[in-house]
Amino acid sequence: MSEARDQILGSIRRSLKRGPLEETQRAGLEQRLAAPRRNLVPARAAALPHAAQIDLFLKMAEEVQTTVMRVARVGDVPAAVADYLSQRNLPSRLVMTPDPQLDDIPWGDRPMLEIRRGRAEDRDQVGVTACFAGIAETGTLMLVSGPESPTRNNFLPETHIVVVRGKQVVASYEEGWTRLREKAMPRTVNFITGPSRTGDIEQRLELGAHGPRRLHIVLIDDEAAS
Amino acid sequence: MQPTSHAFKENAREALGNANLQKALTLMRSGFPERRAAAIARLPEFEALREEAKAIKNHVLEHLDFYLETFEQQVTARGGQVHWCRTPQEARETVLAICRRLDAKTVTKGKTMIAEEIALNDYLEENGVTPVETDLGEYIIQIRKEYPSHVIAPAIHLVKEQVAASFRATHTELDPNRRLEDAPTLVAEARAVLRRKFLAADVGITGANFCIAETGSTIIVTNEGNGDLTQTLTKAHIVLASLEKLVPTLEDVSTILRVLARSATGQEFSTYTTVSTGPRRPEDTDGPGEFHVVFLDNGRSAMLGTEFQDMLRCIRCGACMNHCPVYATVGGHAYGWVYPGPMGAVLTPTLVGVAEAGHLPNASTFCGRCESVCPMKIPLPKMMRHWREREFEKQLSPAAYRYGLKLWAFFASHPPLYQAATALMTRLLGWFGGPRGRFRSLPLAQGWTQGRDMPAPEGRSFMSLWAERRKNGDAA
Amino acid sequence: MPPVPIRVGLFVTCLVDLFRPSVGFAAVKLLEDAGCSVEVPAAQTCCGQPAYNSGDKADAKTIARQVIDAFDGFDYVVVPSGSCGGMIKQHYLELFADEPAVYQRAQHLAQRTYELVSFLADVLKLERVEARYDGVATYHDSCSGLRELGVKHQPRKLLASVTGLSLKELPGAEICCGFGGTFCIKYPAISDRMVADKAADIVATGADTLLAGDMGCLLNMAGKLTRLGKDVRVRHIAEVLAGMAGETPPIGAGRPERG
Repeated sequence: MSEARDQILGSIRRSLKRGPLEETQRAGLEQRLAAPRRNLVPARAAALPHAAQIDLFLKMAEEVQTTVMRVARVGDVPAAVADYLSQRNLPSRLVMTPDPQLDDIPWGDRPMLEIRRGRAEDRDQVGVTACFAGIAETGTLMLVSGPESPTRNNFLPETHIVVVRGKQVVASYEEGWTRLREKAMPRTVNFITGPSRTGDIEQRLELGAHGPRRLHIVLIDDEAAS
Repeated sequence: MQPTSHAFKENAREALGNANLQKALTLMRSGFPERRAAAIARLPEFEALREEAKAIKNHVLEHLDFYLETFEQQVTARGGQVHWCRTPQEARETVLAICRRLDAKTVTKGKTMIAEEIALNDYLEENGVTPVETDLGEYIIQIRKEYPSHVIAPAIHLVKEQVAASFRATHTELDPNRRLEDAPTLVAEARAVLRRKFLAADVGITGANFCIAETGSTIIVTNEGNGDLTQTLTKAHIVLASLEKLVPTLEDVSTILRVLARSATGQEFSTYTTVSTGPRRPEDTDGPGEFHVVFLDNGRSAMLGTEFQDMLRCIRCGACMNHCPVYATVGGHAYGWVYPGPMGAVLTPTLVGVAEAGHLPNASTFCGRCESVCPMKIPLPKMMRHWREREFEKQLSPAAYRYGLKLWAFFASHPPLYQAATALMTRLLGWFGGPRGRFRSLPLAQGWTQGRDMPAPEGRSFMSLWAERRKNGDAA
Repeated sequence: MPPVPIRVGLFVTCLVDLFRPSVGFAAVKLLEDAGCSVEVPAAQTCCGQPAYNSGDKADAKTIARQVIDAFDGFDYVVVPSGSCGGMIKQHYLELFADEPAVYQRAQHLAQRTYELVSFLADVLKLERVEARYDGVATYHDSCSGLRELGVKHQPRKLLASVTGLSLKELPGAEICCGFGGTFCIKYPAISDRMVADKAADIVATGADTLLAGDMGCLLNMAGKLTRLGKDVRVRHIAEVLAGMAGETPPIGAGRPERG
């Protein structure tokens, strides 16, 4: 390929006092990559029953200045979003990803919510997205990019509201990866743990550095009934 | 950036007298250790995870060629491109070529130490491309024309009044009478100014905390979200990474991520951990049109197989400097180049030479606190000692010091001579020390006695007293 | 008491030898009171750490071989210093990694070598000492003892048994005092700042006594405290545990008037 590439790989091999790996060695390493194994997964979330994992997910999220709301049914979501926005005097105009996971929510129940489905622009103050998973271990949201979930919707609006279903909550990042491997790797996977922040000025924590100043989770506890 | 590491002593002296810096360091010195300790206390598996993280990285280093090749295959398969650069100059030229091809006027940058290492910003500016730092700390030092003083908190050496002054001097389009007293206002102003830059940028450059061989992905870890806006809104996402950033699988990187944020800031997980894989897909409605990973060697491949190989496990968390008592008194700029503190003391001589950076591995008491908090269990004092061995072989330390040491070693290897000399010296010093029991000033020890008294010896050496007691039958 | 006395070789350390023999005698007393027989091999000078930390492996090896030879054959080798103790117990092995024959002997020595207070508490299983000291003491954890030899709870445990002594924990006890052997000579301004910070922490505890297990740290901290005019008595922990504090002035303090 390129001279620099050959020289670098050659330099690595010279330092390790060997030539390129032999076939059996390569095969072993390739096998390791083809069937990735989990390392130690902390018991914190993994040892809990699912309902407790959801509790942990929300508790950990709140620790990092995410606000959370649990609702029992899909039908309760529009009211939860509308109330959240009006309580904080935030605009009721919002951009919502075209994500099909948001389609079955009866947004029409709250007509004061002016909803545009699409990609966020800089002028959008409030954004609503779904997510791929919620990681209980650290209260982390896992979101993936796609035609129906542009990445910028997670970052441009000052307020980011995420609709999460109970069954999306998993214990660990490893479970998120296992689920994601059932699809193709997207351009971007965002793990989001709280709103944007910085400590760069006298180590004082300030929210809203570049990404959202507010992160709000509406969790549809579809297991609560059972 | 020209290193000033050779002037470490002068830099340190200046730092010790810098009131703003000392105020900033006081804030830092208890904050980080407390937060790290609290985070670790909540995770019983932390020590085990450290061991696993170390093992993963060691495995990668032993097979680095394989993982780099695999990574490249994966990147290419997804429509991205990998570039191989031996030197800073090759890396600079590679980045500029991409920018030129895309007719880029401004480039937004997420935090990347590699860009500092290759002095990318100045080079881009000289060639008509304007780089804009977007990490708040990096932005502040960019407008102040300084370089970072810490691997994760580049502006930690500043107090807010200094930041406000810099904002006033730079954001001249804003009302000069506006109030800029407190951190929230400063952050809000930076957010507004930089949001415009994000939207206008042609190309986005980030670093990579990790490069995943399994999927050809790069990972960045931020709290601000600036790295995300940098790479999502532009025509191209360029990733700068040194060779050793490779990690085999997504599971492996999850293990290392668990020890990274906890060690760095005491957070459970950084706010934004982003996994980027190739350019936007045809069906995507956002994302960069191109994805480039620029690998830099600049001495890494040569470190393999040497006594410095363990340094390649470093994940740039900053825990070592957060806990270093020397760093806590002089701050990062004293070290004179891109990488400060204990990890800088080991890495800098590799990259700029031990003649330039020799002070750095010497300015350590070997207290060992750095090694005890390093999530990758890097034996930092041991490697600093290896540098001292290299310097000794090259006779790089001051002559007076070397001769003094030689003299001591000579006496120490001849016990009867040593004991005769020390019996005499202790009597002399004990006598001169007088009833006060201490010296306010001692020839040849001015460095010590400038700020401290030197306690006087008791007046007899233990060995001579012991020999006497034996003669008199007092002891076995 | 054990039936046959444990045979201990005392490695007195260069700083104790030169600056404060009282510490050596206190160590002997503690060991003998605990039932050991103590010998002090004559052919000892230094552990070799100054050379080792200066990158001079050749001289370090020469001195180390001397120590290995001189301390051959004891049940235990005890050192009233974490720094020298760590040198012998850990770094001799690194030093001789490329010389298998000496490495073997270095391992043999390493396994028998202990810092003084760790030896009393961890090996002899001493729970208490019979000693009196009136005062409020604060304790500094010397870096090598702490991080190389695990000396942390043992001094506190034994000090708790000293009648009349109350222990006030030092904030930042585990932070380096700035001595660092050759460091304080090479970078005196930084060293001075580090010990100034340490002195401020010590004074803030309100303790009237400072204790530690390493003479280097003690000389450094005492020198700063007396320069600052602070009234803190500085001693090696061995002096207090052996009940011998009354026999010598504190470090850096004056001798009683002669004649």
